Amino acid sequence: MATLARLQARSSTVGNQYYFRNSVVDPFRKKENDAAVKIQSWFRGCQVRAYIRHLNRIVTIIQKWWRSFLGRKQYQLTVQIQRRWRGYRVRKYLFNYYYLKEYLKVVSETNDAIRKALEEFAEMKEREEKKANLEREEKKRDYQARKMHYLLSTKQIPGIYNSPFRKEPDPWELQLQKAKPLTHRRPKVKQKDSTSLTDWLACTSARSFPRSEILPPINRKQCQGPFRDITEVLEQRYRPLEPTLRVAEPIDELKLAREELRREEWLQNVNDNMFLPFSSYHKNEKYIPSMHLSSKYGPISYKEQFRSENPKKWICDKDFQTVLPSFELFSKYGKLYSKAGQIV
Amino acid sequence: MSQRQVLQGVMSLLRTLLLDVVPTIQQTAALALGRLANYNDDLAEAVVKCDILPQLVYSLAEQNRFYKKAAAFVLRAVGKHSPQLAQAIVDCGALDTLVICLEDFDPGVKEAAAWALRYIARHNAELSQAVVDAGAVPLLVLCIQEPEIALKRIAASALSDIAKHSPELAQTVVDAGAVAHLAQMILNPDAKLKHQILSALSQVSKHSVDLAEMVVEAEIFPVVLTCLKDKDEYVKKNASTLIREIAKHTPELSQLVVNAGGVAAVIDCIGSCKGNTRLPGIMMLGYVAAHSENLAMAVIISKGVPQLSVCLSEEPEDHIKAAAAWALGQIGRHTPEHARAVAVTNTLPVLLSLYMSTESSEDLQVKSKKAIKNILQKCTYLPALEPFLYDAPPNILKHVVGQFSKVLPHDSKARRLFVTSGGLKKVQEIKAEPGSLLQEYINSINSCYPEEIVRYYSPGYSDTLLQRVDSYQPLNN
Repeated sequence: MATLARLQARSSTVGNQYYFRNSVVDPFRKKENDAAVKIQSWFRGCQVRAYIRHLNRIVTIIQKWWRSFLGRKQYQLTVQIQRRWRGYRVRKYLFNYYYLKEYLKVVSETNDAIRKALEEFAEMKEREEKKANLEREEKKRDYQARKMHYLLSTKQIPGIYNSPFRKEPDPWELQLQKAKPLTHRRPKVKQKDSTSLTDWLACTSARSFPRSEILPPINRKQCQGPFRDITEVLEQRYRPLEPTLRVAEPIDELKLAREELRREEWLQNVNDNMFLPFSSYHKNEKYIPSMHLSSKYGPISYKEQFRSENPKKWICDKDFQTVLPSFELFSKYGKLYSKAGQIV
Repeated sequence: MSQRQVLQGVMSLLRTLLLDVVPTIQQTAALALGRLANYNDDLAEAVVKCDILPQLVYSLAEQNRFYKKAAAFVLRAVGKHSPQLAQAIVDCGALDTLVICLEDFDPGVKEAAAWALRYIARHNAELSQAVVDAGAVPLLVLCIQEPEIALKRIAASALSDIAKHSPELAQTVVDAGAVAHLAQMILNPDAKLKHQILSALSQVSKHSVDLAEMVVEAEIFPVVLTCLKDKDEYVKKNASTLIREIAKHTPELSQLVVNAGGVAAVIDCIGSCKGNTRLPGIMMLGYVAAHSENLAMAVIISKGVPQLSVCLSEEPEDHIKAAAAWALGQIGRHTPEHARAVAVTNTLPVLLSLYMSTESSEDLQVKSKKAIKNILQKCTYLPALEPFLYDAPPNILKHVVGQFSKVLPHDSKARRLFVTSGGLKKVQEIKAEPGSLLQEYINSINSCYPEEIVRYYSPGYSDTLLQRVDSYQPLNN
C-alpha cells in the first residue's frame, strides 16, 4: 500500500523524468558513438598498415632473390669471359718475366731520350739567354759611345782613348768612331700671343728686321762708321703708334652718335607706336561691330514676351477666360492716386 | 690620443674625402685607404668598422676606371688578412660589383678585381663558394685568354685558390673549361705565369681520379717535363707537385707518367734542386713505387735510388729526410730484387742512424723505422745486413738475424763469408732469452755450421781452453 501510494505520488513526475533523461543523454550518446567509431577506425587502419608493411618486407626479399638469380643467369657468360681474359692478361703481361724485362728496357730507353731532349732544351734556353744578355750589353755600350762621342780624337788633338804612347788605339776609340752623336731633344714651339696693334705693321716677314731686342753676338770686327746704337734703332723702329684724338675717332662718328641718342630716347618711350593726332589717320579702318549688333537676332520688346499682350503666344485661338474675378486693386492700377503718370 | 682613436680619426677623414666632388681626390683617398689597409690588419679592421666598405662598393659600380682600380685595391688589401675580414667584404655585397668589374674593358680594372677575388677566395671553402656563386669563374676563364701577362697571372692564381679547397669547387673550375686554356699556356716563357698555371692544375688534379684524368687528357705530358728544367725554382717545384698529384691516385696514372719518361725528368730535377723544392719530387717517386713492383722497378732502373740516398744524407731538414726515407721504404719493400737495389747503395746504415739519433723528429724516426723494417723483410743481400749485427737495437736485430737464418741454410758461399767476416762470432755474443724468436733464429744459424766452429766462436772459448790447459796433467812428469 505504501509503495503504491509512493508510486502514485511519483507518477506525475515519472513521465517528465523519463523524457528528461532521454533527451539529456541524447547528445552524449551521439558524441560517444562518434568517438568509438573514430577509435575503432584508427585502430583498424593501424592494423592494416602494419600488415602491409610486413607484406612489403617479404616481397622485397623475394624480389631480391629472384633478381639476383636472374642476374646470375644472364651475366654468367660475361663473367666467365672476363675471368678468362683477366687470367690470360695477368699471365701474359704481369707475370711474364721476359715481357717485364722488355718493358723495363723500353722505359729506360724512353728515360734516356727524355733526358737528352730535356738537356738540349736546357742548353737552348741557356744559349738564348746568353744571346739576349750579349745584345743588351751591345746596346748599352753603343749608347755609352753615343753619349761620349765628343771624346773622339781629332786631327790636332788625340782623344783619351788614342794615346800616342799606345801601339794601337783602344777599342773604345773605334766604337766612338762608329757611333752617331746623340741629339738633344728639341724644345716645344711656344704659342703666339693675341693680336696687338703692332701686328698690322707692314713688314712683319722674317726677312725684315729681327724682332728681338738683343741680337745674337757675332764674333767679327765692328763695321766701320758711326752707326747708331742698335737698341735705339729698334726702339725707334718698333715704337708703338700714338695717334691724335681726331685720328683716333672713327670715321662715321656722327652717325654713331645719332644712333646712340635715338637709343636713349627710345628707352623713355611708353608706347612704341607713334602718336597719330587726326581722325583721318583712322579713316581707312573698317568698323567692326559688337557681338550684339552683329547677330541676326535682334532684341525683342519687353511687352512681346507676355501672353496677354502678344497673341502669337496663345495656345488656342482665344485668350484665357478669367473664371475668378480679378483683384480689385489691380484694376485701379495706375488710375487711383494721381494723374501724374498718365500719358495724355 | 690612443692609437685606436687616431686610427678612427684618420679613417673618418678619409671617408669624407671619398665623397669629394673632385674625382682625383676620391681616387687618391681610395688609394690611401688601400695602402693603409694593406700594411696592417688592425688598420684593415678599422676600415671595416668605419663603414667605408658600403660606400666603396656603391661607387665602384659607377665611377671611372682609376677609381675602380683604387677601390678594388682597398677591397683586396682588407680581404687578405683574415677570413673574418673577407667575410665582412662579402657581407656588404662587394662580390657582385667585383664580378661586374671583371667584365670591364680596361685590363687594369680586371686585374685589380681578380686579385681582390683571389684574396677573398683564398681563406676557406665557404668564401670560395661565395665567389663561385657570384659567377666569377667563367669571367676568370675569359680573363686568362686576354693578352696581358699580368692579368693572366692573376686570373690563373685566382682559379688555383678557388679550386684548392674541395672537389666540387675544382669541378666547377673544370666545367668552365679552364683546363684546356691552362694547358695551352704552359708553353708561355714567363716564369711567374708558368708557376701559377702549374699550381692551378695541381690544385685541380689533387682531389680525385676523374679530375686528374681530365688534366692528363689536356695533353700536358710531355710539355710539363720541360718545366722541370726551368731556371726558376718555383716553376720546378710546382711542376713536380703537379706530376705528384697526378701519379698518386691510381697505378694506371703512374704508369702513364712512367711511360712518358716522367720519372727520369723528376730524378734529374731532384738532383738539380736543393731544400724544399725537392720535396714534391721525392714524394712523387714514393707514390709511383708504392703502387706496384713493376713501377718500383722502373724507378730503380731510372737511377732513382742513388739520388734518394743522396737526399737522405745531404738534406738538413727533417721532413725532407722523412719523405726520402718513406720513398726508399716504398721502393724496397716489394721483392728481394728491390731490397737489394736499395741495400747496395748503402742507405740502410744511414736509415739506422737516423732512427737511432735523438735529434731526429718523431715523424722521421717512425718513417725510418718502417722503411728499415720493410726493406729488411725482403733483403737477402747479406753484406749490407752485416753492419746491422753490430749496432742495431734489439727489435731490429731480431729481423736481421731472422733474415740471416733464412738465407744461410741455402747458400754455402754466404756461410763462408759470414764466418770470415766475423758475423758468426757476433751472433754468438747476442744474448737472447731461451724460447724467444731470436733464440730460435740463432739456433737455426748455429745448426748450419759444424759444432767445432760454433764452439770456437762462442764467447769465452779461449777461457775454457785455458782452463783445460790448467787442468791438463802432462802424461810424463
